[in-house]
Amino acid sequence: MERLKPVDVVIVGGGWTGLLMAKEIVHRTPLSVLVLERGGPARQDAATMDELDYLIRLRLMQNIADETVTHRHSITGRAVPVRQYGSFDPGTGVGGAGEHWGGVSNRYRADQFSLLSHLREKYGREVLPGNLTVQDWGITYDELEPYYWRAEQMMGVCGKAGNLRGTIIDGGDPFEAPRSHEFPNPPHKMSYFPTIFRNAAIELGYRPYPIPTATLSQSYRNPDGITRPGCAYCGFCSRYGCMIGAKAQPSNTLLPLLANKKSFRLQTGAWVRRVIHRHGKVEGVSYVDASGQEKVQPANVVMLASWTMNNSRLLLLSNIGEPYDALSGRGTLGKNLTHTVLHQVQLFFDKPLNLFMGTGGLGFAIGEFAGDQVDRDSGILRGSEIRANTNGQGPISAFGRVPPSVEVNWGPEWKKASLNWYDKVGQITCEAAHFAYRENYIDLDPTYTDKLGDPLVRLTLDWTNHEKRQKAYLEKVMNSLGKAMGAQVGKALRAAEDHYSATQYQSTHVQGGAIMGNSPEESVVNPWLQHWRIPNLWVMGGSAFPQNESANPTLTILAITYRAADAFVDRYVSRPGALG
Amino acid sequence: MKRREFITLPAKCLGGLLMYTLAGVPVRINGASGTVRLPLRFFTAHEALIIAAAAERIFPSDESGPGATEAGVAIYIDRQLAGPYGHDKYRYTRGPFVESVPEHGYQGKANPQEIYRDGLQKIGPDFTKLDAEKQNDRLRAIEGTTFFRMLRAHTIEGMFSDPMHGGNANMIGWQLIGYPGPVMSYRDEIDKHYGQAFRSQKPMSLAQVIGHPVKGWEEERN
Repeated sequence: MERLKPVDVVIVGGGWTGLLMAKEIVHRTPLSVLVLERGGPARQDAATMDELDYLIRLRLMQNIADETVTHRHSITGRAVPVRQYGSFDPGTGVGGAGEHWGGVSNRYRADQFSLLSHLREKYGREVLPGNLTVQDWGITYDELEPYYWRAEQMMGVCGKAGNLRGTIIDGGDPFEAPRSHEFPNPPHKMSYFPTIFRNAAIELGYRPYPIPTATLSQSYRNPDGITRPGCAYCGFCSRYGCMIGAKAQPSNTLLPLLANKKSFRLQTGAWVRRVIHRHGKVEGVSYVDASGQEKVQPANVVMLASWTMNNSRLLLLSNIGEPYDALSGRGTLGKNLTHTVLHQVQLFFDKPLNLFMGTGGLGFAIGEFAGDQVDRDSGILRGSEIRANTNGQGPISAFGRVPPSVEVNWGPEWKKASLNWYDKVGQITCEAAHFAYRENYIDLDPTYTDKLGDPLVRLTLDWTNHEKRQKAYLEKVMNSLGKAMGAQVGKALRAAEDHYSATQYQSTHVQGGAIMGNSPEESVVNPWLQHWRIPNLWVMGGSAFPQNESANPTLTILAITYRAADAFVDRYVSRPGALG
Repeated sequence: MKRREFITLPAKCLGGLLMYTLAGVPVRINGASGTVRLPLRFFTAHEALIIAAAAERIFPSDESGPGATEAGVAIYIDRQLAGPYGHDKYRYTRGPFVESVPEHGYQGKANPQEIYRDGLQKIGPDFTKLDAEKQNDRLRAIEGTTFFRMLRAHTIEGMFSDPMHGGNANMIGWQLIGYPGPVMSYRDEIDKHYGQAFRSQKPMSLAQVIGHPVKGWEEERN
C-alpha cells in the first residue's frame, strides 16, 4: 500500500461542508488541506436541461451499483438492498448533493435546538412516547444565529424577514426565530400557482411568506467576492445543475476560492475506505484511487464531510466509537436516524399554470402548522411548514396527472384525460418534522457489500403512530387550503402509509447517525462537530442532526459547519485537543 | 457476427430525429416523404414492431392527436435498452436476491433487456397480427407485471423526452401538449400569463437551444 506525503488536514468529501471547511482553513491558516472526493470533477459546463437523463435517470447521483444501503422495517426484519433510488437521491462528484439541490433555505425554529427540553416542559415527561429519543443539540439558536447569517450571505439567500431582532414584520414568516439582519436579497418575482395559494392562505387568516431560496432573485456579489447572476426560472433546478450559476452550488460559490490556493489540493476518484487511528488519535485515511490503487494518506487532522450515512459508515467500518444497540439503548454511533415525512396533495384547476417555469423554492409557505404551533388537540407534537411552489415540471413527470375519477392509466381514455389536465395540476407539500425513535438507526449490514467488498450500511426505519397522525392532521389542513384555492382536491401522494417505503421519494434529507449533543454519553460529536473521544477527528453534515425539523437542512448544515470552522481555526489550531 | 436489424418508419414523422452513426457522429434525418430504415441497437425488427404496436395501444394515435407511432417511441426504447440503463449499469445488482415487501421495490435479478425479452414472450410473437381490442386484452392480462410498468413509463418517456433520445420525433409530443422544450430564461414571463397558457410557437430541442449536439446518457460507451 503506497504511503503518501502527509498533509495537515484531510477532508473526506468535496460537497458543501467539505469545501466550506477547506475554504475557511486555507484562507485563515497556513495549514495544507487535501479534499478526497470519490466522484468526478465539477461539471459546470454540462448541458443538464434534460428531464430524462437528470430527473428520471438521476444522472447526477452516486452510482448505486457501486454502493447502496439496505433497509428493514424493524430490528427483527430481514434487510434487503435499496436497488434503485427511491426515497432519497445522494449526489456525487465535486459539489455533491449541493449541485443538484433545490436551494430552499429556511432557518430552523429556535425551539428545535433544545427539542427534548422543550417538549418535556410543554407536555410533561409522561405524555411523550416512551421510545422517543429526540435530544438537545448542545447549541442554542442564539449561538447559531451569526453563522446562519454568514451562510445566508455566502449563498445570497432571497427572502423576507418576518422577525427582525424581535419585531414581527408583515410579509415574512412571523414564527421564525429573530434574525439580526434582513435577507441578503429580496424575494423572487412570483409565479401564478403560489400566488393563488398566498391569496387563499390570507383569506383563511394565515400569514404566508415567500420561501427563502439560494437561487438568486438578482445579481449578487457575496462577501467572499463571488458574483452570481439572478435566476432565469428555466425550471431545471432540483436534480439538475444550474447552467448559469444562479443557484448557489459548492462548484460556483466555494470552489473558485480554492482553485488557485497552493495549500489546497482536491483529489477526485478517491474512495476512502477507512480512517486510520491508534491510541485515541487518527493518523490519516486509506483510500482506493481511480485506477484501483490502495493508498494511505497520513494527516494530522481528519474531517469526514461525506453524505450523512457515509459519515456513520466510515466510523463503523473504522471501529471508531461504540455502535448503537437498539435493544439496550447503549452506544451512540448510528443512533437517531431520521428522515422527513413528505405529504403532498394534488390540486386540479380549470386553468393552465405554466408549471414548467420556476426554480427550486419559488413559492409561498405558511408556518401556522409547523413546529410548536400545532395545538395540543391535534394529537401531534410537531407539524410542518406547508408550501406551494413551482420548481419546474417537465412533461414526462407532469403528463398523466389526472383526477381520481379517471380509473384507467393507459389507452385512449387516459390519453384524452391527461391531455385535458396537462399543466393544470398543482401540489401543496409538507415535509413534516421527523422525530428520532429508539428503533430507527444505522448499523452495518451483515450480508450485502459495496463494490470493494465492504459492508453496506443498514437502515432500520419505519413510521410510528406519530407520523401517521401527522399525515391525517396535515392532510386535512392542505385539503381545506386546496378548496379555498378553488381547486378540485385529488388524492394525497407519498404520504406516510402503514410502512416506510424505500421506493417513494421523501427528500434527500436523511439525518443522524453521528449526532451532536451535550455529552459523550448521548452523542458522537461535541457542539463543534469534533469527535468526543478523538479530538483530531471532526464529522460534519446532516449526520450531526439529533432529529429532523420540517424544513430543508442545507442552511443549518452550513451554519453548524461555519461554527465548527471558527472553533477549529480560532481554538484548535493553536491548542490541539478536546474543545470544551 | 450479429446481423444488423432495421425498423422502417414513415419519414414524415422523423423530421427532427438526431441519430448517431456507429462512429458516434450525429446526423440529422430529414426525410420529407416515403419511408426510412433506422438501424436498431437492441431489438430485432420483429420485436421492434411488437413494441411499437404495444406502445401505440398505451398512447394511441387518435382523434385527440398523434401517439407513440408518430413519436418513434420504439426507437427511444431500443436506444435505452441498448445503453447503460438496459443492462443495469446504474442499479445495485449484487446478491443474494430475495423477495421482499413492496416498499422495497423491484428486487429481481433481471435487467431491463431481460425483462423486455421476457415480456415480448408474454404478449406473444403474433401481437402485431391482432386487432386493437385483442391487443388491449393481451396487455390488460399483464398490467401488474414489471414489464408492463416499464413499457408504460418508457412510452411516456419516448413521447416527451428530448428528441436526442430517439423518441418525440419532430418534437411531436411537445407540440401535442404545448410544451416549449428547454428555454434558457423565463425572466420576463414568470410573473405574467396568470391563468393563461404560455405556449411558444414551436418547441426547441436542447441541441437547438444551446447550439450544438448533446449526447444522451444512452450513448455512453460501456
